[in-house]
Amino acid sequence: MGNTVIKVDHVGMEFRLSSEKVDNLKEFIIKKIKRQLTYEGFWALKDVTFEVEEGDRVGILGLNGAGKSTLLKLIAGVMKPTEGTIKTKGRIVPLIELGAGFDNQYTGAENIYLYGAVLGYSKEFIKEKYKEIVEFSELGDFIHVPMKNYSSGMKARLGFSIATVVDPEILILDEVFAVGDAKFRKKSEKKIKSMFKDGVTVLFVSHNIEQVKRICNKAIVLEKGTLIASGNVEEISEFYEKKIK
Amino acid sequence: MKQAIRNFMKYRYLLSELIIKDIKLKYRRSYLGILWTLLEPLLTMLVLTVVFSQVYNRQDKLFPVYILTGRLLYSYFGNATKAAMKSIRKNGQMIKKVYVPKYIYPLASVISQYITFLISLIVLFVVSLVLKLQPTKYMIGAIVPLLILPVMVLGIGLILATLAVFFRDLEYLWGVVLMIIMYCSAIFYEPSRVVKNGYGWILDINPLYSLIINFRNTVIYGQPFDMQALTYSIVFSVASLIIGVWMFYKNQDKFILNI
Repeated sequence: MGNTVIKVDHVGMEFRLSSEKVDNLKEFIIKKIKRQLTYEGFWALKDVTFEVEEGDRVGILGLNGAGKSTLLKLIAGVMKPTEGTIKTKGRIVPLIELGAGFDNQYTGAENIYLYGAVLGYSKEFIKEKYKEIVEFSELGDFIHVPMKNYSSGMKARLGFSIATVVDPEILILDEVFAVGDAKFRKKSEKKIKSMFKDGVTVLFVSHNIEQVKRICNKAIVLEKGTLIASGNVEEISEFYEKKIK
Repeated sequence: MKQAIRNFMKYRYLLSELIIKDIKLKYRRSYLGILWTLLEPLLTMLVLTVVFSQVYNRQDKLFPVYILTGRLLYSYFGNATKAAMKSIRKNGQMIKKVYVPKYIYPLASVISQYITFLISLIVLFVVSLVLKLQPTKYMIGAIVPLLILPVMVLGIGLILATLAVFFRDLEYLWGVVLMIIMYCSAIFYEPSRVVKNGYGWILDINPLYSLIINFRNTVIYGQPFDMQALTYSIVFSVASLIIGVWMFYKNQDKFILNI
């Protein structure tokens, strides 16, 4: 069998919900003295264990608040789990929250370098791919205009173009098929599909079961932070459909 | 450790991009651009000189240089610690969404402020030339306090950045502390006045003043270092850097839950 590229081992993620959020020194000291500092733990994920092998395309299903986005953020390395470990192998391209890191005062061209740097690209690499990025984003002359004058669709297009210019080994998709207008959406879907051919590993979050079936070969289901099923996409989506009825 | 270095190498381009962005955006929308870096200290120097030479009736020809040496170091100290403190919250949106080593934000603020600080030293150079300050061999030693300063600022900046994530009102508190430090740094008065009244210890424990005194010794007075102040500034800087790195490292995974 193939290599394990993502290994999620007994992962739990606790968020602290203090009944009243204390975010300043004054209140902190007063409440500390009065012994009113109590926290309520909320486990967004609890004891989640699964493995993903190279080339697998895994759909993550679950209702709102099931912990899907938290799981993706943990795998992408944005957050660290409270419990357990996550091991990944290879370059991860998270297509979540495209364009986090854009600066509105910067022009599109400057933002290509900035966002590229945020994603960990080198300067030479961005220089080399600059033209490709601009072309794919279809921004034309707008690339030299400050980003504050961009529409949200234009930002998303540029973000998508920069994020997908590398060949990822692990691709994380959080319903980003809805980028830009219909024409660009088609183009971006094509681009992502072309990545599939190269044997990339995919994690895909969606509420659309049909879409998951079309794209994935495996699936997992999360419910209130725990993993309740995993396996073949056909079986799992059937199980999930029954469950939400 | 090895991995930390590799990670730094991977993101060093981001560090330079953030530094450039800081400097570029600061001056992009102003008509005089980077010239403000020079004009601002020059104008404050003029104001302070006029005010205090009237108040104290000073005849000292080099008084403007005296003010500038203190004032420039203090503004870097104040601006950079403030910028580092706010950097995590300011970049909160980014930190929440993509992985980047978080120390890069305070580090970039400290370095970008340092670059504008170095540019502003041109003012000191020009004013010294105009007022015919006698060059001495000790001037080369001015490099030493200028090198210790960013280490001290980074250490304090990391401590503040960590705390500011959890306590929002720290920004106001630090503003007050900075004001106290300013009045305790002998920027526009002679330290001898303070010492005479028995408050010399305030100057002695002020880490910023321990740098200002050696900067003045080398630049204005043509004297060797005040060794006690030099030792104090080095010990203070290294200690605050160690504490800062440790605090930041210990708490950085919790940042995302609080911004």
